[in-house]
Amino acid sequence: MKINEVVSLEFLAQMINGLSLGSIYALIALGYTMVYGICKMLNFAHGDVIMVGAYMLSVAMGMLGLPPVLAILLSMVVCACLGVTIERIAYKPLRNASPLAVLITAIGVSYFLQSSALLIFGSTQRKVESAINVSSVQLGELTIGGNALVTLLLTIVLMTGLTWFINHTMTGKAMLAVSEDKGAAQLMGVNVNRTIATTFLIGSALAAVAGVLFISSYGFVGPYTGAMPGIKAFVAAVLGGIGSVPGAMLGGILLGLIESLSKAYISTQLADAIVFGVLIVVLLVKPTGLLGKKRTEKV
Amino acid sequence: MNKILTKKNIAALLLIVAIYAVLLTCDSMGLFNRQTKALLVPIGINIMLAVSLNLMVGFLGELSLGHAGFMSVGAYAGCIFTIHAEMPMWLELPLAMLLGGVVAGVFGLLIGIPALRLRGDYLAIVTLAFGEIIRAVLNNVSLVGGAGGLNGIPKYSNYTIVYVMAVITIIIIANLVKSRHGRAICSIRDNIIASEAMGIPVVKYKLMAFIVAAFFAGIAGVLYGHNLGILKPSTFDFNKSIEILVMVVMGGMGSLPGSIIAAFLITVLPEALRSLQDYRMLIYAVVLIAMMLLNNNARFNEFKQRIFSKKATRQGANLTKEGK
Amino acid sequence: MSTMLEVKNLGISFGGLRAVDGFNVNIEKGQLYGLIGPNGAGKTTVFNLLTGVYQPTMGTFSLDGENLTGKNTLEISHKGIARTFQNIRLFSKMTVLDNVKVGLHNKVKYSLASGMLRLPSYFKDEKFLNERAKELLDVFGLYGEREYLASNLPYGKQRKLEIARALATGPKLLLLDEPAAGMNPNETAELMDTIHFVRDEFDMTILLIEHDMKLVGGICEEITVLNFGQVLAQGKPADVLNDPKVVVAYLGE
Repeated sequence: MKINEVVSLEFLAQMINGLSLGSIYALIALGYTMVYGICKMLNFAHGDVIMVGAYMLSVAMGMLGLPPVLAILLSMVVCACLGVTIERIAYKPLRNASPLAVLITAIGVSYFLQSSALLIFGSTQRKVESAINVSSVQLGELTIGGNALVTLLLTIVLMTGLTWFINHTMTGKAMLAVSEDKGAAQLMGVNVNRTIATTFLIGSALAAVAGVLFISSYGFVGPYTGAMPGIKAFVAAVLGGIGSVPGAMLGGILLGLIESLSKAYISTQLADAIVFGVLIVVLLVKPTGLLGKKRTEKV
Repeated sequence: MNKILTKKNIAALLLIVAIYAVLLTCDSMGLFNRQTKALLVPIGINIMLAVSLNLMVGFLGELSLGHAGFMSVGAYAGCIFTIHAEMPMWLELPLAMLLGGVVAGVFGLLIGIPALRLRGDYLAIVTLAFGEIIRAVLNNVSLVGGAGGLNGIPKYSNYTIVYVMAVITIIIIANLVKSRHGRAICSIRDNIIASEAMGIPVVKYKLMAFIVAAFFAGIAGVLYGHNLGILKPSTFDFNKSIEILVMVVMGGMGSLPGSIIAAFLITVLPEALRSLQDYRMLIYAVVLIAMMLLNNNARFNEFKQRIFSKKATRQGANLTKEGK
Repeated sequence: MSTMLEVKNLGISFGGLRAVDGFNVNIEKGQLYGLIGPNGAGKTTVFNLLTGVYQPTMGTFSLDGENLTGKNTLEISHKGIARTFQNIRLFSKMTVLDNVKVGLHNKVKYSLASGMLRLPSYFKDEKFLNERAKELLDVFGLYGEREYLASNLPYGKQRKLEIARALATGPKLLLLDEPAAGMNPNETAELMDTIHFVRDEFDMTILLIEHDMKLVGGICEEITVLNFGQVLAQGKPADVLNDPKVVVAYLGE
């Protein structure tokens, strides 16, 4: 009886861990999925924007001594600008290039961000104090950490806001139109270049938030901090169906749960391998993901 | 056109012999210091890796981010074999290379199967996932040394063996590309719908490219293991796959001589210019971005065409001469 | 004369929209047959159905007496239907010669090992391929440009190369999707002569999509007019083109 309670309590705690981790993945996955929906490209460098966001937080709070809220805002602004700049310099000239060329460029950008961070900040990981100072909540015998709580709440707010934005504002509708048919949208007077820039701006700002949240629970930032969460968030986006915003949320949460449960009950070292295994299985069984739609090439 | 003894082939043969003769003379005259000599084997291995990856990226047109994964399964298979087999080296090493190549080829087939259903970006991620899974598994299997590495591999590799293997790899892949199989592979890259409508079994040729590329990466892995005497899973990470990709991209996708030169430069330059060591990754990044932007820049292509157009008209002149 | 292509009641709908509906046609061996109709009438969709790009939701079609309904693109290609594409689909980074040699892919059988190691069968078969490709390129006057990249050919020649490549597969039936699109009147007239020549020389059965009614009337023995996915008229060009229904479909009331 007592053992049962302990197990189920641990299970619940792991579920909450998973949900909180999954929310972060979902926030990152949104950036992938929005860009993919509109530009049909995999922005490999998106994960590294998280790393930049985390470094900015550490610089703003540690060196500039800004209060957490301002530090978070600054890091969002920096990342948003970075995202737009990357698009302008590296991706825009390749709008009509082969997908292979775009993908290789994106990998190049990812490498560029990592190696720049390495040169600027060095390879040792920096300790970052948490930007979130919320005490944990006690629910019966279950303790929910302040970080997890804020992560969950913030994700819900941002997701709702984004969904509202896409469906109810002119810019949001322009984004939907461009993702449906770039040429037709342009003919209808949508400024395609600005819409794509906005997409990168929003995606990168969300990535900055994700970076802040990730670093607040992890505690350290290094040049490669963004790589793994980035790839996993991409897995989440694919799992949910790339190009679909609800899909990114679903995929992110599922992936967070899978990772945290396999860490707890299977093996810590193999957790990453399991996540990738899930990806391969999903792509084999349902390449369009859980909520994605099929596209066929016109002959 | 007829048979093997064309001017081009004789020239290639002379070049192959000449390069080896130079290597041998320099070595016997003691012109190589230890660092230079230690570079010879990695150069050959990287050439094998770049040329085989080019088959996948440049000719088939599918991005693989897991080439280091194929290299590692081949390396482990071959090296475990030589550790346990009690045979003379002249028998043991070729068998190990064959085994490494075949095991990597089997993995190439396994990864190729999802490739049949997936478009470029997804496939790239699957190959990346494959590489990461392999590394995680190798890290956790104590039978192959785990994260500490696989020790006690006999150091069989020397520059003669690697030179011979690199030459064989280049010749076989160059021949393949110019055969009906190679044309089928290139046609898939250029237009898969037309390729299928022309009766090309697309499935078969995609898998063929994957298997052949993985096979040679596996052999390169075996030579790598027998060069260092130890294999560590961390060597075969994502960065290694990217490094091979940079060689292919820098040399030009679909150009074998390009891959060879780029593999040489990327192996030698960081050693020659020690001060560049810190900027190595940054340079890779810039190479990847700049090559793609330039290749897709209309003005640059025009410029390139103007330079090469002299050559083209010359070829045209030759054609009309032949026609008469 | 025997029937080469027999299409019965063929149709496909995309989410309720009937793009092609109850399409019937009989093409005799050696015939030059025209399929015309206004934009969006479903002409290219018929080609996509006949080459397995789409699977029909109704009806059947057979080639030379063999039912091919439900077969995929590759199988249909092997059974002997070859096509060109409305929006040219050449292997753009390969040479003109290699484009045709891809079409000839299944005409020789040398193995992968033979290709990698250049065994005697490689040289024998490649020699055969080069000779065959020369014959085909000569028909279209492209042999002089054989070492050019396909993408560097002028537009009209790209269309010709596509036909040469399709012929290389050795088809029983050749489908040409707007072969004269984007050509000037002189080029078009020349192309039509070539198509005639191909039919006679290779004893080929040809089904051709064209926009321009006059042009089709000039060279086709029989034509079908498609409008809104349905057959509007069928028969000898002179009769069909004067059919009031056809005139209305093209010019409006």
